[in-house]
Amino acid sequence: MSRLGVLYLWGVFAFLYLPMAVLLAYSFNESAYGLSWDRLGFEWYWRLLDDPLLIEATLNSVAVAVLSASLATMVGTAGAVGLHLYDFRRAALFRALLMITLMSPEIVMGVSLLVLFLALRVPLGFGSLLLAHLTFCLPFVTVTVLSRLRDFDQRLIDAALDLGASEVQAIVHVVLPLALPAIAAGWLLSFTLSLDDVVVSFFVTGPDFEVLPLRIYSMVRMGVKPEVNALAALLFGVSLGLVVMSQRLLGRRV
Amino acid sequence: MRPSEGIWWLARGLLPVWLLLFTLIPMMMVLVVSVLTRDETRFIDPVVTLENYQRLLDPVYLRVFIDSVTMAGLSTLACLCLAYPFAYLLSRATQAWRPVLLTLVIVPFWTNSLVRIYAIRSLLAAKGALNSVLLAQGWINEPVRLLYTGWAVGLGLIYVLLPFMILPLYSSFEKLDRRLIEAAADLGAGRWAIFRHVILPLTAPGIVAGCLLVFLPALGLFYVTDILGGAHNLMIGALLKDQFLEARDWPFGSAASLIMILLLFVLLGIYRLTQRLAGSGQMDDV
Repeated sequence: MSRLGVLYLWGVFAFLYLPMAVLLAYSFNESAYGLSWDRLGFEWYWRLLDDPLLIEATLNSVAVAVLSASLATMVGTAGAVGLHLYDFRRAALFRALLMITLMSPEIVMGVSLLVLFLALRVPLGFGSLLLAHLTFCLPFVTVTVLSRLRDFDQRLIDAALDLGASEVQAIVHVVLPLALPAIAAGWLLSFTLSLDDVVVSFFVTGPDFEVLPLRIYSMVRMGVKPEVNALAALLFGVSLGLVVMSQRLLGRRV
Repeated sequence: MRPSEGIWWLARGLLPVWLLLFTLIPMMMVLVVSVLTRDETRFIDPVVTLENYQRLLDPVYLRVFIDSVTMAGLSTLACLCLAYPFAYLLSRATQAWRPVLLTLVIVPFWTNSLVRIYAIRSLLAAKGALNSVLLAQGWINEPVRLLYTGWAVGLGLIYVLLPFMILPLYSSFEKLDRRLIEAAADLGAGRWAIFRHVILPLTAPGIVAGCLLVFLPALGLFYVTDILGGAHNLMIGALLKDQFLEARDWPFGSAASLIMILLLFVLLGIYRLTQRLAGSGQMDDV
């Protein structure tokens, strides 16, 4: 690669990471509004613990993220295995549905789910939020697991069936163990998606159930406070950890 | 059928049913609501009308549409210009470096975009990092107003959505068979001809997928204009938010969202077409 190419690559990476790095630096700066840099420490991080609304929103978010990631992993994995093993005639429609859900802009999903929930009289709050998060997590799990299933030797399944395993036994003892890293990665990615979602949650949650990104949104709208730097840095750190873990599980493949 | 097989049969059928119920059917309901009448108490009155679509042509709303499409379109173009060479270079990186570099792109892809927009805000604020540096260097005498401008909104959109352009493009470049380029060169094609007739058609699915994943969200990310722009930069996303959650005019909000749904389907159709032309039937991992 030419020197210019290397320069360009790192230039774009600098663009992607510099603002986050600056934010991280500010989050440790204890002098208010970062006008001087003489005191560094975790003061803003400790202040976060004094905000009961924030703690509640965090707990709500974690609960929704754990539940939606777990349910999405189960349903999404079963769907992926089904799609992979049978490739049935309706697969084209199935794939189209996956694609539509995957590519839908969040705002379209938020609006249309809001209309659905009100038509079905689903009260807006924890339940509606869980259903919505489950919906946008599902295709990510399915696609992640499906691409792993395509990679391994298909004859392993045939061998299990030839040796007298029932279909379910073949799935439980052969397919699922082979797909396990992708299933775990799917869970981690779903958890991250759910924890980070702003747009869909904004539409489908009710006034009694606030989640972390919406709490951050209203804090940011009220003005830049140093605590928000710490909170943003913290959330970035958590996402970073989860994504790196999921990439390791996938053998660092996309 | 044994019970375990029954459960398995149910489990694998759950996904398509779920997607149908929570993706396609709600979109159709939006279509239905868009031709109904607004009602103060029950949100909608079952009286069929096309008035909501007529209102979209009102100069006030037309302005919002033109402004948002321009803003989203320019941001998408900027992302494409930045990401195309980047994705190419990434696909040419050495085996040792590629996974590391790829992870560096994937991290911002999955990181909270609200947090990333906030980072841009604290960079551009009057007492923010950029102004501090410029003042300290003596390049400016007083803080420059960077926030609450169209440029800030554009920068924010590019910053947040760039990874969504890079990843589909990278996946196209990775699939690109280098021997096709060599063959074209052996047959006497010049650099431009190789790009125009080989590289461009084969990476077209990545271009379309990337544009889809950048353009539509750019129209919808209401908090970007909220945090970086002023009220004067009203975008479709903010309009939808207002109509559904504040003004409570669902039929009109639905008519406006239907435009986005139609755009989604048109772009998906173009994507399938370019995929077929590029000779790959596989679904891309996004």
